[in-house]
Amino acid sequence: MTVRTNLVTLSGASRGTDGTGDAQKAGDEVLRAEGLSVSLGGRQVLDQVSFSLRAGGFWGLIGANGAGKTTLLRVVLGLIAPTSGRVVVTGGHRSRRNPQVGYVPQKISLEPDMPLRARDLVGLGLDGHRFGLSWPSPARATLVEEMLDAVGATPFANSRVGNLSGGEQQRVMIAHALISRPKLLLLDEPLANLDIRSAAEVVQLLARIAPEQHVAILLSAHDMNPLLPVMDGVVYLADGRAASGTTEEVVRTGTLSRLYGHRVEVVRVEGRVLVVSGSEHQAHHPGDPYPAR
Amino acid sequence: MNVTGALLSPLFEPGFFSSGPVHVALVVGGVVAVVSGIVGVFTVIRGQSFAGHALADIGSAGGSAAVLVGVSTLYGYLALNVVAAAVMELIGIRRPRGRDLATGVVLGAALGLAALFLYEDTVSTSTTGATVNVLFGSIFTLPPGTTTLIALLGAVSIVAIAVLYRPLLLSSVSYDLAAARGVPVRLVGAGYLLTLALAVSLSAITIGAILSTALLIGPAAISLRVTTRTWAAVTVASGVGVFACWGGTLVAYDSSDWTGGWGWPVSFCIVAVIFVLYFAAGLVARLAPAGPGRRRSERAEPAGAQRVDAA
Amino acid sequence: MFASFMVNAWEAATIVAAVAGVVGFFTVLRGSAFAAHALPNGAFAGAAGAVLIGANTIVGLGVFSLAGAGVIAGMGRRARSDVATALTIVLMLATGDLFLSHTSEYAPEIFSLLFGQVLGVSTSKLVPTAVLAALCILAVMVLYRPLMISSVAPEVAQARGINTRMMDLAFLVVLALVTTMAVPVVGSLLTFSLLIGPPAAARSLTSRPLVAMGLAVLCALLTVWGSIAISYETNLPVGFFVGSISAFAYTVGRGWGAWQQHRRNRLLRPTTRPAAA
Repeated sequence: MTVRTNLVTLSGASRGTDGTGDAQKAGDEVLRAEGLSVSLGGRQVLDQVSFSLRAGGFWGLIGANGAGKTTLLRVVLGLIAPTSGRVVVTGGHRSRRNPQVGYVPQKISLEPDMPLRARDLVGLGLDGHRFGLSWPSPARATLVEEMLDAVGATPFANSRVGNLSGGEQQRVMIAHALISRPKLLLLDEPLANLDIRSAAEVVQLLARIAPEQHVAILLSAHDMNPLLPVMDGVVYLADGRAASGTTEEVVRTGTLSRLYGHRVEVVRVEGRVLVVSGSEHQAHHPGDPYPAR
Repeated sequence: MNVTGALLSPLFEPGFFSSGPVHVALVVGGVVAVVSGIVGVFTVIRGQSFAGHALADIGSAGGSAAVLVGVSTLYGYLALNVVAAAVMELIGIRRPRGRDLATGVVLGAALGLAALFLYEDTVSTSTTGATVNVLFGSIFTLPPGTTTLIALLGAVSIVAIAVLYRPLLLSSVSYDLAAARGVPVRLVGAGYLLTLALAVSLSAITIGAILSTALLIGPAAISLRVTTRTWAAVTVASGVGVFACWGGTLVAYDSSDWTGGWGWPVSFCIVAVIFVLYFAAGLVARLAPAGPGRRRSERAEPAGAQRVDAA
Repeated sequence: MFASFMVNAWEAATIVAAVAGVVGFFTVLRGSAFAAHALPNGAFAGAAGAVLIGANTIVGLGVFSLAGAGVIAGMGRRARSDVATALTIVLMLATGDLFLSHTSEYAPEIFSLLFGQVLGVSTSKLVPTAVLAALCILAVMVLYRPLMISSVAPEVAQARGINTRMMDLAFLVVLALVTTMAVPVVGSLLTFSLLIGPPAAARSLTSRPLVAMGLAVLCALLTVWGSIAISYETNLPVGFFVGSISAFAYTVGRGWGAWQQHRRNRLLRPTTRPAAA
């Protein structure tokens, strides 16, 4: 068996345009990863990952648990240094404290006694990283009010954050991240602990907000189905390797089988996509590099 | 005596306000209560109550070493607490269970040292009163001339918290988020631990290890039950601390007359006041939940981690 | 050091170490370091009260530590666990101060209650110590599976119908029992060193629970035996050695774990993936 290529990018994706030649300019790139490799705790977590996102797009970072999604996001944020490769964010090399990148982390445990209202937590998005005390000002209050309104958090703006539901906390954290007007918003598994309805609401919110706030979104999830209606493209991670492009390009039997290194089947059922391991009883498809046994 | 005096006299036994030691105790106790309340709020929300308590005991080990060496006990408390805080930060575990374990190990080692120092102490000076004094302390036996120094160090603590305020809050909400936004999270964490070490040293030496923890955690817990905003939490915690301190002192002073003979120790009275207020705050919180938010039990599904580490 | 009057000390210490290893395994698993410190410390107040009224110190220890366990569990329902523990220990110690304020004659006994006076274990104390020890180990064996599940994966435990709150209380009660039997021997301030240092070291060496428990017992035994021996020779307090050796064991354990991690990382240097069949 020949050596598999680790780098699977599809035509157009690495240049920041999709295959149909859309109107986006190649220079309108907001995030580019080049050959990222990361090894942690004795494991090769990411292996030569490359992709590129254009401004204003909505991208899903899809992969099973343990595929390396959180690690990838942390590299983009500058929290982990890659073993090799690099990340370029909105025209400059990535560094910590990049105000162009907003972040909604995966698990925030907010105890009921945390003395912060939703409104206060959003306000921290403006200046929470600076030392000292913050002085209230009408301009600041207006900004906070606008952002709360944009995410639909006004009904519970004065409630303690520890008392909010998962979906409500999610909205507050999105507002927190967006209030500093970043160009790129990273969300780490925001839908993981939400029920189906709340998850759909968050996705709708993000799809609406992204063009409003002129922000590109990269959202990691292990199930791409809630995102199918709104995704512009997908970065698919398997075993630390990545394939990126539009959903049609990436989520195909051939592409994913190449990525996984063994046969998987992409099944579309009633508008949903399922990726299943190939079974021994599948019929042989001509021209298939991975014929079923 | 006028009407007010007549009304108040059952509360304030004769001589309360004219007693010199009481004056000092009230002033120092007040300062310590304010500092403890402010630092305590952050201690509770960061889940570092054990560290706050451990540092009081660790400081006592430093105090007994100081007695041995003949240096002012305050320096002993400060020195060992700063070392302990540095060690805790260097061990650097972030999950609460692991962090409490590391705190426990440091505490165990320090108490072992305390055993050694106290033993040497009793052997060399043959006074066993030192044991009790170092461990329990008493607000009425403050070393003379330290009031100004304590007030100064207290002010330093408050300034430190004011400087760390925003990044500390942010990193308490989410360590990763704060780091991603460029907050020097390890520095902020270390700065906070050192401030805690300072605050606890001050309170442990003036009011003893028990009250140090009581005034650090109690008023903060009370305040967090009934306030919604950070500045309110901090202010109420300080106020409750001062009230508990002064009220407890008053009760202790009066108690010798109520119980005909032996009075109740100040520590017990202050702790009693704190507990009464804590349960009162619990009732208030249940009858009128702070802010228009719903309480946890009414939400559709739980957000974040369950509180499972009950023991 | 093996003279007849020392035999009691060795026996008592061995029993304490065995129980501390077993219960300590769960203490470390649950991260209950604070409770393991709070109960012995607070129970000391009960012992002081018992001395005051002329009762058996063990009864005083038992009553106070069990009451403490109940209060921590009760307050922990509506508050953070570490806040509940902090307030409980403060209450117990303040009550102890109340008892102590009656008299100042007890300093030597205070010292021994706090730091341990292994040489002062009389034969009559040995029997209740052994009985309580057997009780603790029996309790852990009976509760082993639900306790493991609720310590490691509480949501799974709840899904299986295990009442995690009862498990929390049960564990605290076991800690209270350990307190009652260990404090007269090792002292209240250092009972918890044995509950934390050796089991934490054991956990760094292996992740299999029963092996870790066995190693914890072994490590605790070595700690206590070493401490008694050196204390006998140097005349310095046993507690000092228990605290130091426990800290040393913990450090060695963590260092070992870090070293293993470092070796795993180094093995990964060639990053090219091998061709698959």
